[in-house]
Amino acid sequence: MPLPLSTRKILAETGALSRFTGKFFTTGIKPRYEWNELIRQCFVIGYRSLPLVALTGFIMGLVLTMQLRPSLVDYGVESQLPAMVAIAIVREIGPVITALIFAGKIGSSIGAELGSMKVTEQIDAMEVSGTNPFKFLVVTRVLSATLMLPILVILSDVISLYGSYLGVNIRSTTSFNLFFSQVIDNLSYSDVIPAFIKSYFFGFAVGIIGCFKGYHSNKGTEGVGQSANSAVVVASIMIFILDLIAVQITDLLGIN
Amino acid sequence: METENTIQGTIRNPKRTENVIEIRGLHMSFGSNRVLKDFNFVLHKGENVVVLGKSGSGKSVLIKCIIGLLSPDSGSIYVFGRNIPELSQAELDSIRIRVGFLFQSNALYDSMTVRENLEFPLRRHRLNLNKEQVNELVMEMLENVGLPYTVNMMPSELSGGMKKRIALARTLILKPDIILYDEPTTGLDPITGREISELMLQLQKKYNTSSIIISHDMKCVEFIADRIVVLINGTAYAEGDFENLRLHKDPLVHSFFD
Ligand SMILES: Nc1ncnc2c1ncn2[C@@H]1O[C@H](COP(=O)(O)OP(=O)(O)O)[C@@H](O)[C@H]1O
Ligand SMILES: [Mg+2]
Repeated sequence: MPLPLSTRKILAETGALSRFTGKFFTTGIKPRYEWNELIRQCFVIGYRSLPLVALTGFIMGLVLTMQLRPSLVDYGVESQLPAMVAIAIVREIGPVITALIFAGKIGSSIGAELGSMKVTEQIDAMEVSGTNPFKFLVVTRVLSATLMLPILVILSDVISLYGSYLGVNIRSTTSFNLFFSQVIDNLSYSDVIPAFIKSYFFGFAVGIIGCFKGYHSNKGTEGVGQSANSAVVVASIMIFILDLIAVQITDLLGIN
Repeated sequence: METENTIQGTIRNPKRTENVIEIRGLHMSFGSNRVLKDFNFVLHKGENVVVLGKSGSGKSVLIKCIIGLLSPDSGSIYVFGRNIPELSQAELDSIRIRVGFLFQSNALYDSMTVRENLEFPLRRHRLNLNKEQVNELVMEMLENVGLPYTVNMMPSELSGGMKKRIALARTLILKPDIILYDEPTTGLDPITGREISELMLQLQKKYNTSSIIISHDMKCVEFIADRIVVLINGTAYAEGDFENLRLHKDPLVHSFFD
């Protein structure tokens, strides 16, 4: 039975993305390394997402605290509020929300940037100027995204917890020290480390999918818009899939 | 006349130096779309050859094969006596220093200033120039195209004609022996198009280059062409000077001149 067209398209796309990822590793390990461009991209990618990540992190912490509070009050465990929020944020909400914001901001801008470089022949121009455009553009961006997202996640976690501290203080009073000592007492390495590791994979996914979509942009200006758009959609789905895989792995390893 | 920057092997065969580019039996297809079929072509030293052809006839594909951006299915492309499809990356880069390419869409790097755009090929080809030499070359090329004051501007601040001039300056900065022009006047108004054609010819004389020019702009073609090759159905269908082809009996050829 022949597969429906849409299924075949998805399979072909998955194959192409896998080859692109393979090329990232085979091309990336060979010299000439583009250190300057890598550092510049780290700065651009990290810096550009910082305000958005900080803002959303703060709001998430505050809102989550206010939403959880009534239920905890009902069960008479209001004192557990900092601990619960800390675990929710550090284990799941921090990494996933930050990664989704990152996909929206960085995935789309990489997709659009490389897409327009492709259709206006800038990628060809680099190639004839003694530059391997895959190394110069793709490898540097993917590495930067991979390295920057975990840092942004940590930052977002900290700001979220600060938001949560303010949230707690809306209805009751807790000192800053008490709140954060409760948070730290209730977090273990098994909460922090797996979340940190999965952030690298989220960052890698956003980088490689943004580059893949941009690099294979169709001719014309609408092609560039499509690349940016589908980079965000595919990267966001990939983040959830990776999250699902990550939780299975930690579960199997008994880290919980 | 011999150029000073000889690349090893280039002058091996003295007969080939007369033909700076020699293409034999070039075939190129994308899936079932056969774009070039047994295409043969020669570019002599110092010559300006125009390639005429309808939109989608494979003109860009042809010059992208010459510079090694596309690999042909079969056939040979000798540039300075070296067969492009057989070259290693390093050998290809050494040829690319001597062959400039002016892209149809200019291909100026959006994220870089005009200066950085011009410096890019110099730095990336690792020519070991010091800061002063790089700056001198950048300013020399900007003077050539009459836009020295744009040096710190971004490409987005330039008009279409200015972009084309900056792109030309960037192409010339390596002082290439051959320049491949992909529709240099398409999309420009007639007056600007005329100015670009004049600039091309003037710089051609100054730097003593040979060139292949892709164009449908008959004003530009008449002005610049020493010889014209008409690309139809993937082959070099007809060849001659402007007058020759204008009076050609074949309606397919003649139609370009209406
Ligand atoms: N990278 C590519 N992949 C697939 N088809 C291509 C590619 N580049 C060009 N073509 C096809 O080759 C033909 C010639 O294209 P091109 O050389 O750009 O035409 P033109 O003579 O207008 O410059 C067109 O039919 C085009 O669709
Ligand atoms: Mg073309």
